Amino acid sequence: MTTTDHSGDVRLTGIGKTYGSFTAVHPLDLTVPQGSFFALLGASGCGKTTTLRMIAGLEEPSCGTVHLGDQDVTHLPPYKRPVNTVFQSYALFPHLDIFENVAFGLRRRGVKSVKKQVEEMLELVQLGEQARKKPHQLSGGQQQRVAVARALINHPKVLLLDEPLGALDLKLRRQMQLELKRIQTEVGITFIHVTHDQEEAMTMADTVAVMNAGRVEQLGAPTDLYENPQTTFVANFLGTSNLIEAEVDTRNGDDVVLKAGGGKLVLPAARCSAPAAAGGKVLVGVRPEKIALTHADDAGAIPEGRNRLTGRIADASFIGVSTQYVIDSPVCDELAVYVQNVERDGRLVPGADVVLHWNPAHTFGLDAAQDIDAGVETVEEEAA
Amino acid sequence: MPVVTWLKRRLVVIAGLLTLAYLLLPNVIVTVFSFNKPKGRFNYQWQQFSTSAWKDPCGVAGMCGSLSVSLQIAVWATLGATLLGTMIAFALVRYRFRARGAINSLIFLPMAMPEVVMAASLLTLFLNMGAQLGFLTILIAHIMFCLSFVVTAVKARVMSMDPRLEEAARDLYAGPVQTFLRVTLPIAAPGIAAGALLSFALSFDDFIITNFNAGSTVTFPMFVWGSAQRGTPVQINVIGTAMFLVAVLFVLTSMVIGNRRNKKA
Repeated sequence: MTTTDHSGDVRLTGIGKTYGSFTAVHPLDLTVPQGSFFALLGASGCGKTTTLRMIAGLEEPSCGTVHLGDQDVTHLPPYKRPVNTVFQSYALFPHLDIFENVAFGLRRRGVKSVKKQVEEMLELVQLGEQARKKPHQLSGGQQQRVAVARALINHPKVLLLDEPLGALDLKLRRQMQLELKRIQTEVGITFIHVTHDQEEAMTMADTVAVMNAGRVEQLGAPTDLYENPQTTFVANFLGTSNLIEAEVDTRNGDDVVLKAGGGKLVLPAARCSAPAAAGGKVLVGVRPEKIALTHADDAGAIPEGRNRLTGRIADASFIGVSTQYVIDSPVCDELAVYVQNVERDGRLVPGADVVLHWNPAHTFGLDAAQDIDAGVETVEEEAA
Repeated sequence: MPVVTWLKRRLVVIAGLLTLAYLLLPNVIVTVFSFNKPKGRFNYQWQQFSTSAWKDPCGVAGMCGSLSVSLQIAVWATLGATLLGTMIAFALVRYRFRARGAINSLIFLPMAMPEVVMAASLLTLFLNMGAQLGFLTILIAHIMFCLSFVVTAVKARVMSMDPRLEEAARDLYAGPVQTFLRVTLPIAAPGIAAGALLSFALSFDDFIITNFNAGSTVTFPMFVWGSAQRGTPVQINVIGTAMFLVAVLFVLTSMVIGNRRNKKA
């Protein structure tokens, strides 16, 4: 398989789905290149599963087309599409043993000798011993692997995974994430993975599409999405962001200078997704781990050219690898700061006055017309 | 008080055994009396051991004929009710259509209605239609009252079935027919089998509705009832015992098969 082979590309053109007056998916365009690990990330009800089901053929799109390579599959029934799905509930056939579950797809396509292939596939997912057991006799993790084997044995052009790790406990989930990534690299098939777990999407996928309310908010590599979010939803849904309301002051070469509270903040113009006309409002964003904390007494030691804010520590929680501070600042009441526990300053306790400072290159700018809290609550819900 | 402690510890077992005895005692009596050699026409008092009735089970005029009629009706009624009932159950669970709620409750009516009322109204219906009473009218009546039991049994099974299973089958290259035969039907099978067994048992021993709508046809329960007026031949006990044994054998075989399957897995 070479990079010029596009037979495994998935191309969605203007595809949308409405149920009566409810729009589950707004018409969207999306291209998933052959051999990539692609994640659709979003909270429940954002339309990611519906999008996946339209690719599988289990849901008829209200508009638009689905192409696999050069083939238009929009109106093909699922059993005629070279696509297989791993369902969230696994959907293993309870009346068949593991061997027959895995052999199901081959047998339906009239393959005569399935024994060797099935045994090899069961070896790949390390379930060779369990071939004659029924699904209910296996653990959740094992059932999950059977579901993957049952889909992969058909060598689909695209493998669709609908929250496949949702029912597993945290430790097993981490293990299966690596396992799935390994399998994907090994077989080179295009994987489209639907998940609400942002960490899962970021660790596994090459490209992530963040969906919200039936629309793709932003699409890109995990680092790109994290470092340079373009909407408040993405900024809050992927990790945590500090968003500060600011006003554009001047434009200084490639930088935009902003006024926030009494101070000035510098933002690279290239990292600002909002129109930066003088006098306009912008949301300034910075990730908590990019910020350094210095006690107010040592403020003079902070190098020039860094963005600074002052504040007072409202809360500090020690979590081993780092300490998470909540800072009360005149420009924003709850700034999150994560500091690695390398050299701990004993004076940084709740009540202490501090200076927050960071490299301006880590600042991003967002359109202030958006809801500043978009995507925040959803994260808390999922974490609960 | 060792006796009280002993009783306390085994109370559940004792209660269980007593219940079992309560359930099975009538069957034991039937079996015992199938080896009786009664004086006179009635087989109600133990006289003397004899196997003559077992050697000549069809020795009573008309009895084996009625048994054959009953078996035929039971088989056809089971087939008809199971087929129709399964389709109704699937329709009620899978599709949303007008009057679905009404049908859902109406289907229970035959189970709740007193049999004698249903029997009389069926007879009125048949007579008004000018239908000739006999095998066919009995069959129609039996299919009707067995239907509700099949629908109830199959519906429960279909409702608990994950719709993703059929989607998974379609996703794995099974067309609509293959999906139904390979996934839907095997998973619904226990419910269908339960409905069919119930139908057979209900149809085979139905007396009230059959008696109203039989015309000159005589089923086995009708024969037993009729002969009870004039005397009870031992052969009735023989048939009763045989039916019981067949049922026990059926249950045992299915248990053995089930056990073996589980062990193999």
